[in-house]
Amino acid sequence: MNTLLRVVRNPLGLTGLVLVLLWAFIAILAPVISHPNPRDAYSIARIGFSSLPKPPSPKALFGTTSGGYNILYGIVWGARTAFRVGLIVVSVSALIGVLVGGVGAFLGGIVDEVLMRITDLFMSFPFLIAVIVMSIVLGKGIDKVIIALIIFGWRTYARVMRSEVLSVKERDYISAAESLGAGKLRIFFRHILPNSIFPVFIIASLDIGTMVLIAASLSFIGVGAEPGYADWGQMINFSRSWLLGTVNNPFEYWYTYTYPSIAILTFVLGWTLLGDTLRDVLDPRMRKIE
Amino acid sequence: MAYYVLKRLLLLPVILFVLSALIFSLVMFLNPYERLAVFIPNADAVGSSIPFEELIARYGLDKPFYVQYYEWLGRIVHGNLGWSPSARMPVAEAIARYFPATVELMSLGAVIVFVGGILLGTYSATHHNRLFDQAARVGTSIGVSLPEFIFGLALLVIFYAWLGWFPPGRLSSWAENVVYLSGFHRYTGMNLVDSLLNGRLDVFIDALRHLILPAIAYSIGMLSTMLRLMRSSLLETLQKDYVTTARAKGLAEKVVINKHARRNALLPVVTFAGSIVAKMLGGAVIVETVFNYRGMGMFVVTAAQGLDFSAILGFSLLIGVIIVLTNLIIDVMYTILDPTVVLR
Repeated sequence: MNTLLRVVRNPLGLTGLVLVLLWAFIAILAPVISHPNPRDAYSIARIGFSSLPKPPSPKALFGTTSGGYNILYGIVWGARTAFRVGLIVVSVSALIGVLVGGVGAFLGGIVDEVLMRITDLFMSFPFLIAVIVMSIVLGKGIDKVIIALIIFGWRTYARVMRSEVLSVKERDYISAAESLGAGKLRIFFRHILPNSIFPVFIIASLDIGTMVLIAASLSFIGVGAEPGYADWGQMINFSRSWLLGTVNNPFEYWYTYTYPSIAILTFVLGWTLLGDTLRDVLDPRMRKIE
Repeated sequence: MAYYVLKRLLLLPVILFVLSALIFSLVMFLNPYERLAVFIPNADAVGSSIPFEELIARYGLDKPFYVQYYEWLGRIVHGNLGWSPSARMPVAEAIARYFPATVELMSLGAVIVFVGGILLGTYSATHHNRLFDQAARVGTSIGVSLPEFIFGLALLVIFYAWLGWFPPGRLSSWAENVVYLSGFHRYTGMNLVDSLLNGRLDVFIDALRHLILPAIAYSIGMLSTMLRLMRSSLLETLQKDYVTTARAKGLAEKVVINKHARRNALLPVVTFAGSIVAKMLGGAVIVETVFNYRGMGMFVVTAAQGLDFSAILGFSLLIGVIIVLTNLIIDVMYTILDPTVVLR
């Protein structure tokens, strides 16, 4: 509670929290704001099949892209996609990372050595390129993107968790638990895990925005979501052909790229600000400098 | 030191071996038909007349994983990276053609990130909590979460569609004619360097006009991180006792900052530099796609869309080499900046 209060008191933290809550609100109310497409809710509803984008009108408040895809629909249901990608990728990666790093550090010796060399191998490749190669191999679709992000996403958590557990397991209360005859499992889950998991939460909150951004980038370069899927990156990929507008009006098709861009920007900014503030609040070392 | 560098270099083939086995095994998840499809450009048009089984047997696509890997490795060792259907040339040739373009973009980006980040970070730290510092804190928050492709598209809309100042692509068509057709010598493949070596200032300016937007687009995020890092690292250093001592000695503030504090504050910056190369390689993929800049990034995206695996494998190996070498350079730089670090 104290933590939340300190986050809210910080103007940047408050902005982040408001942005994240706003998007959560939109995602939850998606069926109310934009009536779901009867065929598949995550496939953007179409208004006509015109090959030219249509400006905002009462029927489509944010306009339509080529192919008649309703931009407002894409934004609203895309919020669900964004949360789904962010939350699933980060929670699963964090879980794997915590287990790999935590168990390695706790058991030590050969287990630690093997687990860390595997982590090093995953670390040795640029994240974005690794994920691109992975999603090419897995094929198209947002679920494939999620898998690809998890495969390379856990490595940071493993590193952080390992260094935390290494320091926590030397503390006196662990020796105390041991001398009381507590089993290995009990020590790990009841004593070590709760005391070393904080940094993981901080990284996770910062990571949600990043992961959504990378998923959007993948859709943007054409290896992520299928065309027509309610995904912000895919929508921006759509709008690329309309960047130049017409000779008389360079901003003729402004609505095709402006709305999805604002959506991605505010979503990611919200998580970054929230994560940054959380780190400042929870890490006293940082507080001194700020 | 020399022993350490040699040891790391000897380790390079081992790392590449493991890496290539990893990537190759990923490709093996696809069935032989999918891997064969790459070699048949318009399968729909030719239809069922293709003898799939015969072709799969001829190229050995149905052999066990390790046999295929062994054969592939044998070709790689002899310098044959295979044929890239999407680029319509051998992979090695495509890399030789597109890689300099990416290096050019990365170098310009690196200059912006390091010079800008260190200078602005220092200024922000020495003017702690003043107007510029506050603005930098808000600005870097936005900069860090500003996606490269959105920022790039915004730059394109403003500076190309609206103002018409900076066009996308790598060169204007007249400059392309100069570079590819006349007696222009392509020493490095990097237009900025080549134009100067050939004494063509007009080509140099044209190349720079095409480079400036993508370079800005993909350095903005890293510039923000660099600025923050430099700022907080310098703020921490400025509280150290030896800085107080230097000030007490009566040294000018400029000397205290530049000679005493900044050098020590640079250590985290160097660590970040290692990750910057990896980030830039990833960013190049996105930014080159946005700006239609024909470099390694666009090459790999085209390859990806065409499931062109020899190109992707070749590209991945190149990235592996670059990353390993960068990490080595970073480690060596540590010893120069911080004499207490000893490499073994």
